[in-house]
Amino acid sequence: MSRTDQETILDHGDAAPGDEPAGRHEVAEGLLGYLIGLFLAALITAVAFFIAGTNLVWGPSIPLALVVLAIAQIGVHLVFFIHITTGPDNTNNVLALAFGVLIVFLILVGSLWIMSNLSNNMTPMQMG
Amino acid sequence: MTAFEAGAGYGGQNRDGGADVIFGGRSEPLYAHGDRSPASKRIIVGYGFWIFLLSDIVMFSAFFATYAVLVRETAGGPGGKDLFNLTNVAIETAFLLLSSFTCGIATIGARARQALMYYGGMALTFVFGAGFLFIEIHEFVGMVAQGAGPTRSAFLSAFFTLVGCHGVHVTLGLLWLLTMVAQVFAKGYRADILRRVLCFGLFWHTLDIIWVAIFTVVYLMGAG
Repeated sequence: MSRTDQETILDHGDAAPGDEPAGRHEVAEGLLGYLIGLFLAALITAVAFFIAGTNLVWGPSIPLALVVLAIAQIGVHLVFFIHITTGPDNTNNVLALAFGVLIVFLILVGSLWIMSNLSNNMTPMQMG
Repeated sequence: MTAFEAGAGYGGQNRDGGADVIFGGRSEPLYAHGDRSPASKRIIVGYGFWIFLLSDIVMFSAFFATYAVLVRETAGGPGGKDLFNLTNVAIETAFLLLSSFTCGIATIGARARQALMYYGGMALTFVFGAGFLFIEIHEFVGMVAQGAGPTRSAFLSAFFTLVGCHGVHVTLGLLWLLTMVAQVFAKGYRADILRRVLCFGLFWHTLDIIWVAIFTVVYLMGAG
């Protein structure tokens, strides 16, 4: 038995991000996971590009729809490519991810909020 | 029976539920606190690299925030509508997504020690990644040539910083890819080499995740 496989068995209660899920050493099974991920990601991407250029949906809703699709696609990537799961062996990975998402959220929302507030309170500049 | 069932004490958490066993009539937890061996190096390396990648994502979020704040500050210069070519972006997106998929194939190949899957997957990943980079550089050169370089406006500074930083990551990723191919070729599927392959795969998939945010926020919202 190879060293990596031994490590996987010993690490029954833990999993590294990006690793193949424990007990899933069949090549075909692993391939299927990536194929599903590729299919879903391609589908969501196609929908996003379609929505961005179409007149069929109500205009003001498009940015929100794009954000929702992007979050969905990031979820697909996390699950099928990086193998972040809700299993007990993934608790550490999910917690680190949750903290990262919190910081990203604070930076984005905080910056946009403060800067729009600032520009609303600016005296209009003399143009020209 | 695996080592886990035998109570070797591995694993970070004891969450498999009610892992109490009766030893000589008294019940005690299978894993007493402090009685666990540390996780294997593969777990620790993967987890540590995951923390690095999350910090990288936090850095990108600062660039995204900058871009979102400055996106309308075009200083009378061209905006996203005038500059972005969504056909190119669609091709770039397809290339990067396919390269993420082939990188996954290479990861499987490395674990299964299938030379064709590993080298083939890595080669395709390189081709798609290089194709992505070629289109991106072509786009940047075209923008600079028509006077829309990073010095033109705050919007363009933020654009080149954000998208360029992703491009730099892809470039470094391609160099790392070649290094991993060479290392596996020269040293075989050793445990330490496989850990590096794992980290490379994580890095490459994360670049694709950042690209999803870029093509949504910068290109689709900018051109729509």
